[in-house]
Amino acid sequence: MGEFVMPSLGADMDAGTLTEWLKHPGDAIKRGDVIAVVETQKGAIEIEAFEEGVLDRPLVELGTKVPVGTPLAFIRTAGAPAPSPVPSEIKLPETPATKPVAPPIAVSVAPPAIGRRVSPAARKIAAEHGLSLEGLKGTGPGGAIISTDLPQAARAAEPRAAKKPGIDLGEMRKAIAAAMARSKREIPHYYLSHPIDLTTAQQWLADINAGREPPERILLAALLSKAVALALHAFPEMNGFYQDGAFRPSRPIHLGTAIAIRGGGLVAPAIRDADTLTLDGLMAALRDLVARTRAGRLRSSELFDPTITVSSLGERGVERLYGVIYPPQVAIIGFGTPAPLPRVVDGKVEPRLMMTATLAADHRVSDGHRGALFLLEIERRLQQPDTL
Amino acid sequence: MNEIAPARIKTTYREAVRAAIRDALTADPKAFLMGEDVGHYGGCYAVSKGLLAEFGPERIRDTPLSESAFVGAGIGAALNGMRPIVEVMTVNFSLLALDQILNNAATLLHMSGGQFNVPLVIRMATGAGRQLAAQHSHSLEGWYAHIPGLKVLAPATIEDARGMLLGALKDPNPVLIFEHVMLYNMEGEIAADAGAVETGKAAIRRPGRDVTLITYGGSLAKAMAAAETLAKERIEAEVIDLRTLRPLDTATIIGSVARTRRAVVVDEGWKTGSLAAEVTATIMEQAFWELDAPVARVCSAEVPIPYPRHLEQAALPQPESIAAAARATLGR
Amino acid sequence: MTDPAIKPHLTREHVAELLRQMVRIRRFEEKCVELYQREKIRGFLHVYIGEEAIAVGIMQALAPADTVIATYREHGHAIARGVPMTTLMAEMYGKQEGCSRGRGGSMHVFDAKTRFYGGNAIVGGGLPLAVGTALADAMQKRPSVTACFFGEGAAAEGEFHESMNLAALWKLPVLFVCENNLYAMGTALALSESETDIHHKAESYRMPAEVVDGMDVVAVEAAARKAVVAIRAGAGPHFVECRTYRFRGHSMFDSELYRDKAEVERWKPHGPIERFGAWLRQNDILHEAAFQAIETEVAAEVEAAVAFAEAGTWEPVADLTKHVTLEPES
Repeated sequence: MGEFVMPSLGADMDAGTLTEWLKHPGDAIKRGDVIAVVETQKGAIEIEAFEEGVLDRPLVELGTKVPVGTPLAFIRTAGAPAPSPVPSEIKLPETPATKPVAPPIAVSVAPPAIGRRVSPAARKIAAEHGLSLEGLKGTGPGGAIISTDLPQAARAAEPRAAKKPGIDLGEMRKAIAAAMARSKREIPHYYLSHPIDLTTAQQWLADINAGREPPERILLAALLSKAVALALHAFPEMNGFYQDGAFRPSRPIHLGTAIAIRGGGLVAPAIRDADTLTLDGLMAALRDLVARTRAGRLRSSELFDPTITVSSLGERGVERLYGVIYPPQVAIIGFGTPAPLPRVVDGKVEPRLMMTATLAADHRVSDGHRGALFLLEIERRLQQPDTL
Repeated sequence: MNEIAPARIKTTYREAVRAAIRDALTADPKAFLMGEDVGHYGGCYAVSKGLLAEFGPERIRDTPLSESAFVGAGIGAALNGMRPIVEVMTVNFSLLALDQILNNAATLLHMSGGQFNVPLVIRMATGAGRQLAAQHSHSLEGWYAHIPGLKVLAPATIEDARGMLLGALKDPNPVLIFEHVMLYNMEGEIAADAGAVETGKAAIRRPGRDVTLITYGGSLAKAMAAAETLAKERIEAEVIDLRTLRPLDTATIIGSVARTRRAVVVDEGWKTGSLAAEVTATIMEQAFWELDAPVARVCSAEVPIPYPRHLEQAALPQPESIAAAARATLGR
Repeated sequence: MTDPAIKPHLTREHVAELLRQMVRIRRFEEKCVELYQREKIRGFLHVYIGEEAIAVGIMQALAPADTVIATYREHGHAIARGVPMTTLMAEMYGKQEGCSRGRGGSMHVFDAKTRFYGGNAIVGGGLPLAVGTALADAMQKRPSVTACFFGEGAAAEGEFHESMNLAALWKLPVLFVCENNLYAMGTALALSESETDIHHKAESYRMPAEVVDGMDVVAVEAAARKAVVAIRAGAGPHFVECRTYRFRGHSMFDSELYRDKAEVERWKPHGPIERFGAWLRQNDILHEAAFQAIETEVAAEVEAAVAFAEAGTWEPVADLTKHVTLEPES
């Protein structure tokens, strides 16, 4: 007794519909006889028998669509008894043993166990919040610290303050390294420098500060910052971010102010809306930033808000500095240490308080001509300190 | 409630493509289908069966086995006012027409300074799973996605099989449509009035928050099966069907990965230099700081597709290997 | 001219051998059809039933050092060339005992021992290879010939024309054998060729070309012997167009919408085995017992091949990426 099954006629045939019997129960069948017609996606195909015998009762009704391998009828071999009425179990087509095959190329995302792994997301969140990663247990691949290993508060959508402030100098150095390396890799810097006469501004400050206690005094740094902030009104291409292949100017002017940290390291938190602050307000903001930086109490937003950065060397520095742009910003202003120098004024050589201002700017966004005008505008504003 | 449920019809992927061709030829007298055995034979995968009788040999054109000539002729006809749909039997055969596709179809608009566009649709079967061995089973759509000037589509669902061709015919550029051989028999229901669908956007086929599985075409069902397995382990996988391989919808990819922080890219092409590599690099460029694990890839093994079933299946992405890669991104 | 190399010697042994070889192919292919429907063989299966005279006739003219390149309908060529039926059947199954270690399957039969270079599933893909193997023989001053089989559908491919020109231009030792079975898959000759006499295409490349009845094994052998002698003598490539017919669909999955059944039935009595057998009987060259002996022997050989394939083993999955590149020799 053999079974006549729905044959597999093609690699892309999964099932067929029995549409016609060309042989009937009791008919003698020999090998090669066409005994039925099957409708497939390619049309009707006659199917043949590979056994000799007598066609027994059909097992599938005409018009029924059945999977390949389903018995359609029995073929009784000569002399064999008629089959029992119990339909035989449907045999699944035999295929090579392909039980869950192990993937040939192991997918390995777990890093080798060397050093401590911190995911990029966890690093970013920790840096934003000034979080230390010390003592955290990693639950990511290979024990890596991942975002969900950080305290819940740090992962809130709009974090305002880290719960436990404190700056991890090692992490900070890594962050600086990453940012500066990216900057030098991606940003085509151009550099300009220009000497600025601060004699007038210095005199004006001295007059203002004459009646003030030290904590209320306005420092040159505030004057410089305000001059930059106001100058930016006319140079929007210096203020904003270069992201995803395009420059996005920023309407607010948030002045990143480079502050060195004792023990090494550098941060440049923002003085927000610096152009709208009075000189006193700006000075207060500056003092607050420096104090909180030294105390390790910066807010993450202050680190990511700046739309441009100003770096002043102050009293104890060198003549000029060439800044490295903090991506995705597009410009950084450097102010060297002011020093008295001989200068020709109205045809006569005079000692003047001179300071070299530099601009490093992103050539993808602006050109040297505009950069030069920007430096001249800062100079112009510093010559009229009472308007600042 | 008196909402009227839209009428649904039962159909197959194969019939959906056929219905789309029928719509296209009915709507636009300039549209026609040509390719090897599309007429009298009814199509190697029976997609065009019956269309010769409906539209006649002028519009359902059997071509000789001359891939370079008839694909090139499709380009020429498109340049000169017709709207050809060219069927290439399998992606392996399309290599005989690669010169025409790359050096003409993809390039003419640019070379002519914007004067000559090529509004051509080329359909072809791709992928493995039918034991057709090393000259009929490869997934080379990633190669085509490398070429500026082309649009590359990979319908993975019956709706897309029904609608992408119509969308492609509205595009003034050469559009390649890759139909995975394992999908033709897929059955399902679609709206009776289903029509053109938007191309150019990826689709989130299953939302999830723990890991993003990014795939297309014949691997979508495998990724969905993997997501189902993962759900039982309380891992919620999001499944993205790229749908359009060029240009890639990076916004959907990046948006999802930024939420889940983990990605597994599933691609039936070989891993080296694959479309999966492109997706992975895009994630590195645009979402690196959002990641909690290295991006994983599940691709075909670096071997021409072998004939025996057990080796063929071992060479291809499988639900188990996809689920394993997803677990690994979660450190499990 | 009585060069024995040129004319077939129709001894009783030789005609019995021609018949035996054709029957071997026919019965092997019939078994493949059965095994395919039982899902032992997978992928695409294209059988040679009806076309046996061509492979058998051509192979009579070849020497062991010659090279054979065929198509995806190549089981017949492999059998006639001497690839053992056992390893051939194991290849159909995908077992590692197969002649291509199971990696190729039906469309990709390869066998180094018999210089059988496939088994090519891209229409026309074998022709440039044949030009190359012949070039290597010519450059190494070997007297060998490459026999390259292809269907008439390949004549529409650019690779056909490029190969014709190159082989003729460089006078390379290639025997091009066009198996014209009138249908390129489902596309009739007249719908795919502006010139339906394929051998005229070869003539346009100044290549000696001949058309023979591909259902007549003796005629094919005679044409092959004549061409191969000329090729070995340095006359450059030759072309033989064999007119034939395939009795079954293009592949297993073919409802043959493109031709009617009556046409197939009309051809069947003209099949190469049917015709040659009738001729041998009419002229009393072979006795009925000899026919029976061949059938019995071949049936046993086919059964042994199936048993060999059934007993074969699956290549371990761990070996998946083997045979992709070779290590360079140090």
